[in-house]
Amino acid sequence: MNIMTEKSLDDAVNAEMNARSNEIIKMRGDKVTVHYGDKQALFGVDLDVRQNQVTALIGPSGCGKSTFLRCLNRMNDTIDSASVGGKITLDNEDIYDPKIDVVELRARVGMVFQKPNPFPKSIYENVAYGPRIHGLAKNKADLDVIVEKSLQKAALWNEAKDRLNEPGTGLSGGQQQRLCIARAIAVAPEVILMDEPCSALDPIATAKVEELIDELRENYTIVIVTHSMQQAARVSQRTAMFHLGYLVEEGPTDKMFTNPDDKRTQDYITGRFG
Amino acid sequence: MSFLLVFAIVLAIGLAAFVAGRQRARSQDDGTVKPHSRAHYHGWWAFLTGVVPAVLFLAAWDIGASAYLNSHIHSALPADVADGTVAHEDLAAGLVKSLASGLRKLDSQTLGALPSSFADLQPMLAAKGVALAPDTQDYMIPIATEANRVSDRLGMISAVVSIGLALIGVGYGLKGISPRARARNNVEKVMLWSLLGASTLAILTTIGIVLSMLFQTIAFFEKVPLSNFFFGTVWDPRFAAAGAGASEGQFGLIPLLAGTLYIAFVALLVAVPIGLMSAVYMSEYAAPKVRAVVKPALELLAGIPTIVYGIFALVTLGPFLRDISAALTGGTPFIQAQSILTAGLVMGVMLIPVVSSLSDDIITAVPRAMRDGSLGLGATRSETIKRVILPAALPGIVGAILLTASRAIGETMIVVLAAGVAANLTLNPFEAMTTITVKIVNQLTGDLEFNTPQTLVAFALGITLFALTLVMNIVALYIVRKYREQYE
Repeated sequence: MNIMTEKSLDDAVNAEMNARSNEIIKMRGDKVTVHYGDKQALFGVDLDVRQNQVTALIGPSGCGKSTFLRCLNRMNDTIDSASVGGKITLDNEDIYDPKIDVVELRARVGMVFQKPNPFPKSIYENVAYGPRIHGLAKNKADLDVIVEKSLQKAALWNEAKDRLNEPGTGLSGGQQQRLCIARAIAVAPEVILMDEPCSALDPIATAKVEELIDELRENYTIVIVTHSMQQAARVSQRTAMFHLGYLVEEGPTDKMFTNPDDKRTQDYITGRFG
Repeated sequence: MSFLLVFAIVLAIGLAAFVAGRQRARSQDDGTVKPHSRAHYHGWWAFLTGVVPAVLFLAAWDIGASAYLNSHIHSALPADVADGTVAHEDLAAGLVKSLASGLRKLDSQTLGALPSSFADLQPMLAAKGVALAPDTQDYMIPIATEANRVSDRLGMISAVVSIGLALIGVGYGLKGISPRARARNNVEKVMLWSLLGASTLAILTTIGIVLSMLFQTIAFFEKVPLSNFFFGTVWDPRFAAAGAGASEGQFGLIPLLAGTLYIAFVALLVAVPIGLMSAVYMSEYAAPKVRAVVKPALELLAGIPTIVYGIFALVTLGPFLRDISAALTGGTPFIQAQSILTAGLVMGVMLIPVVSSLSDDIITAVPRAMRDGSLGLGATRSETIKRVILPAALPGIVGAILLTASRAIGETMIVVLAAGVAANLTLNPFEAMTTITVKIVNQLTGDLEFNTPQTLVAFALGITLFALTLVMNIVALYIVRKYREQYE
């Protein structure tokens, strides 16, 4: 009896903590603007990313959703002509502050790209790449554990465990993308950014990756750019709609897909443009 | 009629056929039938049917005619000349030919009353600016006039036939013009064949080069045993004893090969790291503005003639290194002015742009996704280059290095000036060594008789060098091609 109460109390506390953690703002964009040379790609975007939730960014091509995503781990720095304005915080720290080390930031905010881009190395080496660079493993045994766990979390372990030394480029498209997710997880990031991770995959591989995204939510905060309305509806808790460089509206995914405030969202979701 | 004139006439006929054919095709297009080919294709087809057979005939006839004329002159030579060695007969025939071409400068009146002795003829020709060898004989004059007559007749026949061919061809081409005639396909086919011909020509030339060296090489190995050449460690061709027959000299390839490879190795030691690093800087770090200036500047280096590098090595770097080494030891220089080091360093500088330009292309070809993937994991730029980009580009870079190495091995002018001519076998980079290319130059620039082993060895060396670089290039291309698919 006593034990029962304690257990239910635990459950209650856990549930409440989960509920509260859902409300923690992991990353916050504050009037974010981006210019590529003379061309402005983002106009004052205010957007919050909540911890342990999947935030989907949707909108027609060229609306700035990928640009915003790339701001979150400063991948735009690698484009010479890009300049970012406004403020983006990670755990209330400005990530564009000169004191912030961009390498450290990218270790905390990982990224999975549109096209699977495994390195031309073995599967093992692909996953071990990040931990090696950041010195996360003290010895080979540690590294083995990290690689195995990452592959397990990316739901690739069963398929890859017997061929860890084969080149990652020899995997199928869907497996390659899960390898890239494993590679990102191996660095133990807090946030994972995904830029249309399923656009190069067939429906079965897509279903696997989507399932994976849902599982990853437990441990990571995820921001995903997608062109597929169904995908956004399936995997995300919150959805943000972009159009022509502006954030149109943002809210819980259920509401966005059933009762959006803005007519443009309504039109886009129902397929009237985009 | 001269060859050029006939050619011009044929071309003019062809152009007229083009205009006529285009016009004819246009006038046939009355809108009822959709024409298969546009009018200018019909024009070009008429042009080609006229010009191609006529020009081919003209070329073939010209080659045949000169061969015929040659044998005609040879047979007309008096018996006592013809009985002599081939060389003497060729000499006489050559004199007849130059006399014949000299006679063409004279006007018909003089030709009608030609003096029968060369002593009388010479001043007349000299007045027209024709200088002839003094040992031209009197009996050659009638042969030369006869040769001119024959060649005129042959020229006339060729002119008539080729112009006739052009006209017939044009007629055939024009007659075939109809709205549904497939002129476009025909023209495309001719294009294809001419392109094929152009590319075959390069390959045939290569084969010709190999063959021309091969025969001389075989002649060399008839005089010198294979083991003397390939396994000999002493290079001592004995120029002074050439032709004496008693001692034929020693033609050991080993010291030359060692020198070639050693200098190439030093050159690569300089060129590969510097070239590679500059390629990495250029492709990964340089701002577009810097790249726009530095890359062409580096490639400009590749355009400097190698003899200029050689001069730099000879008059500047070599003495400089010698003086430095003298200063270090306080008197006796341990670096010779002409040394492996001097030649290798300068050749290395020459090869930097080659390495950097080839590697730059290869590094730039590594997809951006690789860079993004690595940077997105929190790797720094240099980590990305070291661990992802260079390994990915490695096969290509190895291929580029091999291509560079084969250039280093075949390089001539720098080593002629900077490496020395002594065929030493040494490991000391401060001493002089010589290379295969230097020895080829040395052996061929002497005034020795051609069929001595001292001269013929140059061909054996040349074909060895050719085989060496050919193998390296094949390996390089194989490596580059094998690993290229990786991203496709």
